[in-house]
This record gives sequence, C-alpha cells and structure tokens, in this order.
Amino acid sequence: MSPVLEVRGLVRRYGTTTVLDGVDLTVEEHRVVTLIGSSGSGKSTLLRCVDLLEEVDDGQILLDGVDVSDPRADVAAAQRRMAIVFQAFNLFPHMTAVQNVSLAPRVVHHVPAAEADERAHELLRRVGLERFAGAYPDRLSGGQQQRVAIARALAVQPRLLLLDEITSALDPELVGEVLAIVRELADGGITILMATHEMGFAKQVSDQVCFLDAGRVLESGPPGQVLGDPVHDRTRQFLARVIAAGRLV
Amino acid sequence: MARLGGVGAGAEVRGTPVAPELSPLARDRLAYRRSRARRSTLVAFASTVVFAGAVGVGVVSSPGWPRVRDTFFDIHVAWSSLPPVLAGLWLNIRVLVVAEIGILVLGLLIAVLRTLRGPVFLPVRALATGYVDLFRGLPLLIALYLIGFGVPALRLSGVPTDTAVLGTITLILVYSAYVAEVFRAGIESVHPSQRAAARSLGLSHRQSMRLVVLPQAVRRVLPPLLNDFVALQKDVGLISVLGAVDAIRAAQIEAARTFNFTPYLVAALLFVLLAIPTGRVADAVAARAARRQGAS
Ligand SMILES: Nc1ncnc2c1ncn2[C@@H]1O[C@H](COP(=O)(O)OP(=O)(O)OP(=O)(O)O)[C@@H](O)[C@H]1O
Ligand SMILES: [Mg+2]
Repeated sequence: MSPVLEVRGLVRRYGTTTVLDGVDLTVEEHRVVTLIGSSGSGKSTLLRCVDLLEEVDDGQILLDGVDVSDPRADVAAAQRRMAIVFQAFNLFPHMTAVQNVSLAPRVVHHVPAAEADERAHELLRRVGLERFAGAYPDRLSGGQQQRVAIARALAVQPRLLLLDEITSALDPELVGEVLAIVRELADGGITILMATHEMGFAKQVSDQVCFLDAGRVLESGPPGQVLGDPVHDRTRQFLARVIAAGRLV
Repeated sequence: MARLGGVGAGAEVRGTPVAPELSPLARDRLAYRRSRARRSTLVAFASTVVFAGAVGVGVVSSPGWPRVRDTFFDIHVAWSSLPPVLAGLWLNIRVLVVAEIGILVLGLLIAVLRTLRGPVFLPVRALATGYVDLFRGLPLLIALYLIGFGVPALRLSGVPTDTAVLGTITLILVYSAYVAEVFRAGIESVHPSQRAAARSLGLSHRQSMRLVVLPQAVRRVLPPLLNDFVALQKDVGLISVLGAVDAIRAAQIEAARTFNFTPYLVAALLFVLLAIPTGRVADAVAARAARRQGAS
C-alpha cells in the first residue's frame, strides 16, 4: 500500500531564490511527521506546496500514490482530502466559531445544514470550546481561535492534516492547550505533517522528525535520534541554538 | 484534554454586563462629569443662538432683503406649491430606490468581473475596466443628455422613451462605475490568507468569493457606499433636465406660474430633509466600523 503522502524532489523558487531545493519526504498512514529547521528554511512553503496552495517548480507530490502536483490533476479534489491549520489561524472573521467549522462540510461536502451544525458543535466540544460556539473570532483568545481552526480542519475529515507552527503566534501559557489537542489527535491515529519550533513537543508526538536546511531535508529519523544524537553539524548547531533559547524541554 | 482557563469573557460574549455598585469616589466623579456636560451643552446652545441671530440680523438688514423676502420666502406661494412639488418628490424617491438597487447590483457585478484572473477572462476584464474609465469620467449632465435625448432619437422599437426611465438608466450607468470601484477596493482589502484558507478547505473560487471574501468586503465598504447613496439622493433631481416632472421640475413650473422663487426653496428643503436620515445612518455605520476596527 502506498504512503498517504510522498514528496519527491520538490523544488520551489521565488524569483531567483530557491526556497525548496529537492525535498524528499514520506508520510505513512497513522504517522506524525514533524518538520524542524530555522526560520526561513522553507517549512511553511513546503506545507503550502503540499496543500497545493502554491505551484511547484519541479518534483512531485503524491497523495495516496496519485500525483496531485501534475497540472492536469484535480486540485480541488486533492485539497478536499487535506486540511491545513495556519500559523495565523485565518478564521473567517464574519462567521461565528460554529459557522467557521461547519462551512466546508456544508458547501463542499454537501452535508445537510442540521447535521453539519451538530457535527461542528461536537468538534468544538472536542477542543473544549462548546461554550464559544456562537462567538465571533475577535472575541476569542489566540489559543481559542487556534483550537477553532483545528476543529475547522478536522470537520472535513482529512486524510492528511497539515499543521504549520500552530503555536508560534500564541502566548506561552496558551501553547499547552493547543498542543494537548494535537497530541490527542495523534493518539487517535490521524496522519499529520507538521512544522514546529516546540522541540519537546516534537519529541513526544512524532514518529519521524525531518530537519530542513537550505531547502533540503538534511536529516530525518526517529525523534530520539534526530533531536538527541544528530548526524550532521548543521542539525547540531540548530539544536544548540534552540536549547539556548529554552525551547527543548 | 485542555479546558479553557477561567476566562470571564465567556459570560459576556452575548449578554450585557450588570452595572456594578459605585463607590463614593466614582459617584463624585460621575456627578462632576455630568455637570461639565450640562455646562458644555448650555455654552453650545448660547453660542448657536448668538451666531444665528447675528447672521439673521445681517441678512434682514441688508438693502435687498424686502425683495428677497417677497421672492424667496412667500408663505402663500410655498403652501400652494407644496402639493405639486411633493408629487414630484415622489417620482424622485421612486427613481432613487430603483436606481440604488440597480447600482448596487451592476457595481458589484463589475467589481467581481474586474477581479477575475486568467486569460479566458481577459476580454471581460478589459470591458469592465473600460466601462469604469468611461462612466467615471463622463459628467452626469452630459450622460443624461446623451442617453435621455440620444436613445429616443434612434426610434428603435422596444427601447424606453419615458424620460424618468431613461434618467434612471443613466444614473445606474454612471454611479455603478463609482460603486464598482468602492466594491473592488473592499475586495482587495480582504487579506489573501482568507482566500487561501477558503481554498484549502476545498471551496471553489466562486464559493470563496461569495461566502468568504464578499461578506467581509461589503462590510468594510458600507460607510463609503452610504456616502455615495447620499450623493445619489440629490443627483436624482438632475433627471429634471430631461423634462421628467420631479420635485425640481415641479418647482420650476410653479415658479414660472407664480413669478416667485419660493417653490425652489420648498424643493430644496424637501431634498435636505430626505438626506438627513441617510446621513445619520451613514454616520452610525461609519462609527460602528471604526469601533470594530479598534476592537480587533
Ligand atoms: N511569497 C513569497 N515571495 C517571496 N519569497 C517568499 C515568499 N514566501 C516565502 N518566501 C521566502 O521563502 C523562504 C522560506 O519561507 P517559509 O515561510 O517557508 O519559512 P519557514 O521555515 O516557515 O520560517 P518560519 O519558521 O519563520 O515560519 C523565506 O526566505 C521567505 O523569505
Ligand atoms: Mg513558517
């Protein structure tokens, strides 16, 4: 059986700068794969490419063995099978929490309104926000907004969940509540590809950690090995900086 | 599972908070603020009376005043001209309502057409851009003459010849160009990340536009839209140049009949009265928009 996601030789350039320079990556079903790397190393770009929000310059993205980066592929159909949670939440400000969550099931997956609404409430309960179902995003704290964003992503029952540094815009005391939900999802068996600066968290939930450097996956393996005993000097330097910043628990 | 912390905001998300018991200090300050507010009101009132009095005395004591009073402020003429002018205003109001609806629909359509991407839509985009360039630059009066007198002269069957209808069409054509630009500015002010979020959820371009981008865009441009609406309220009077018997045309007829300018003043007063509620609504909407911006 083919892996949920397979990235082969992915290249992405902005003008003359090459941000992704031949990325290879595989995510098997029920696995959590984590991307680490310094700021600007291309983690967000990679996730946006995988979600087909950006065009790729070279290489392939295979979703369940089907090349979705091909210009002839059905982009919308592929996007329906993935969901992404952004660094900056990107909730729809003119909709309440529950409307944010039920939108895609209603208009994309044609779930009847009542059923979509009920499922949205259920998802909000799962992220601990049933009390805020009727609240607009500007009335929610950062952590609460990010949890709504996670519920919104889960509402489409994605085959692959993409998480882009979902805690980096949050105050330290709000990070815990969001990470607790991701841990629960990982335990529940959902397939996740995520970028994070939270090394302690990466160590706990990941099956595999990939260190991204200069547009390539320089090193990848089990979290204990990559984070504890890296092969490359660049990885070592990066981790040393992270430890100095107090991010490796 | 993480539970939300003891955030008090939850209880206040919908209901109004209960007024707390005031301390003597707070009561004292409140009383002081109230007395200051009363004083400012009094000062404002007094200065308005003095100012209005001075202007009034200045006008009334001018050498030409008796003549002006007789030709502009004749109460009998005002009374007798009121019914026809009011009947004319009713035409203005109907034109206003129809034109406004047409303007909003056409303006939004043009704005959306201008945002379409891709080579297929190039002609549509070019057409929409050309339309905006043409009708934004064309003076309304000239547009009224060209359409109001030019179109009937073609003597085509099925084309309206009623001057009020032609005037309404002209207003729609000209104002849509402005309103389209207002809508487009609103659409472009919605951050691209909103579109990305919609697309990543699998929404099509049309669904993203209709459900995510446009609702936010329209909310943002409501104050300038209402402003354009106020401008339209008086520009509907320009259809009188085509001969449609609206408030201004009715006033003109009455003025010619009585050899007196008072009917114009009556019409002017009615137009101002008509604009006041819209102006207040526009202010309130703008204030609300500003509050929302400040809040988030
Ligand atoms: N739209 C764009 N146009 C031009 N350059 C871009 C664009 N988006 C990203 N880049 C560049 O691509 C590089 C990688 O950006 P990316 O956002 O993927 O980094 P990242 O690893 O997610 O960083 P961070 O940890 O700070 O989020 C950066 O150097 C950035 O300047
Ligand atoms: Mg990033």
